[in-house]
Amino acid sequence: MDSAFIIEKSVVIVVVFAITMIMAMYSTYAERKVAAFLQDRIGPNRAGKFGLLQPLADGLKLFSKEEFFPNTPNRFLFIIGPAIAMTTALMTSAVIPWGDRLHVFGRDVILQATDIDVSLLYIFGVVSVGVYGIMIGGWASNNKFSLMGAVRAASQMVSYEIAMGLSMIALLMMTGTLSLKEISMQQSGLNWNVFYQPLSFLIFLICAFAELNRTPFDLAECESELIGGYHTEYSSMKMGFYLFAEYANMFISAAILSVLFFGGYNYPGMQWMIDNAGVNTANVLGIIALFIKICGFIFFIMWVRWTIPRFRYDQLMNLGWRILIPLSIINIIITGICILAFK
Amino acid sequence: MSTAIQSISLSGKKKEVSKKEMTFLERLYLIAIIKGLIITIKHLFRKKITVQYPEQVRQFSPVYRGRHMLKRDEQGRENCTACGLCALSCPAEAITMKAAERKKGEEHLYREEKYAEIYEINMLRCIFCGLCEEACPKDAIYLTISKELVPANYDREDFIFGKDKLVMPLEMAIKNAQLKNAN
Repeated sequence: MDSAFIIEKSVVIVVVFAITMIMAMYSTYAERKVAAFLQDRIGPNRAGKFGLLQPLADGLKLFSKEEFFPNTPNRFLFIIGPAIAMTTALMTSAVIPWGDRLHVFGRDVILQATDIDVSLLYIFGVVSVGVYGIMIGGWASNNKFSLMGAVRAASQMVSYEIAMGLSMIALLMMTGTLSLKEISMQQSGLNWNVFYQPLSFLIFLICAFAELNRTPFDLAECESELIGGYHTEYSSMKMGFYLFAEYANMFISAAILSVLFFGGYNYPGMQWMIDNAGVNTANVLGIIALFIKICGFIFFIMWVRWTIPRFRYDQLMNLGWRILIPLSIINIIITGICILAFK
Repeated sequence: MSTAIQSISLSGKKKEVSKKEMTFLERLYLIAIIKGLIITIKHLFRKKITVQYPEQVRQFSPVYRGRHMLKRDEQGRENCTACGLCALSCPAEAITMKAAERKKGEEHLYREEKYAEIYEINMLRCIFCGLCEEACPKDAIYLTISKELVPANYDREDFIFGKDKLVMPLEMAIKNAQLKNAN
């Protein structure tokens, strides 16, 4: 391993990290703007032009807030909870292919932090660990409402992970690989997986909402029943970490959805661009295409939040266990039959 | 008889409630969700109704009772004669005043021989009922002509408005006089 390779990867990792943070930051802004616009309001517009400095102001405010500790015997766990949530939210971005390759300084820079064979399993693993952040935080708060919120979040995420995994299996049967890089390469042009696996996409989308703990599945933090859910006792930047992790997760989920089902960095006519305009231009356009897709998904997630009311808990479990899981198994069977018939 | 009454819908919006089983498509909820999404996306492009307060001011109704104003007449003289009826009528006891005699050479400032040397309204006590306006025999105090709200402040002391804030600006009195002459 030469030093140039290490530098290259470091640069990619730092850039990906920075972009994830910025996207998460501006997702909070976008959330407020989208919410406002969907409700015929204007939204934040005082901090900077169009309120663009609002996330900075929010961050500054959270930093200056009092660091409050509840009367808990688990101060260590209380601190480690938001840290885990944040770490897992940022870790998933390592395997996402942000673009194909750029040709700079005589090297082919692959726009992905690591291309491991089991990227998809890695993502599932890391996302599962994310439950611990919420669970530990809620438990260490020494508060009934926090614990209730954490228990709800944990059971919800565990249940929906099954349906999510099963919906993935149908996709994997088709792609035959777990590497996200290869999955995006297979979808060149308009060969997007969503056209071959619409049901799988739908199940994955619903499960992504549930995994993100966002409306209509935000039972973990429903204000009307649980005050704030698992982060009731949190204040200052620890609370900020939880909120920030949620938005970072949203960004990553949108990225995964775009890579798995909407062709990742592929756009129609990419091959033509590579032949005519050069590798770099074509791939920069690819990165832009991926980000447009991601922003589209983030907008969709917000749009749904301000449209659909929250599920009741039994409805949530009903949907997860009795509808989505059988549906994804049926999807696997149909995919299997199709593969047998057409290959 | 009772069924006949129940079937009447005065508003025309009455819907019969039925307990029929939902069809498969309805139970999927997907169509309902898409309908909801279309409704919300329509609102995204609708005109925003926010009034950006300090820069934009909402048009007040002609009878809106806002901040008080002590009126001047067409020649720019203060109407108030410090009779104290407004203070007496005030249910919140927000008004205090101190009367003084008009001296020679002050005829252009005060209409009557007596005037309010100090006139204070505590805006935290005031309930904006308008009884002072009704009680005033000299047409001096009005809540409806300033078309202003009492602004927020950090200090309780700053909510006691003296004559400096209450008396109608001279320019406004001159303008009123010009308008009246024009008519």
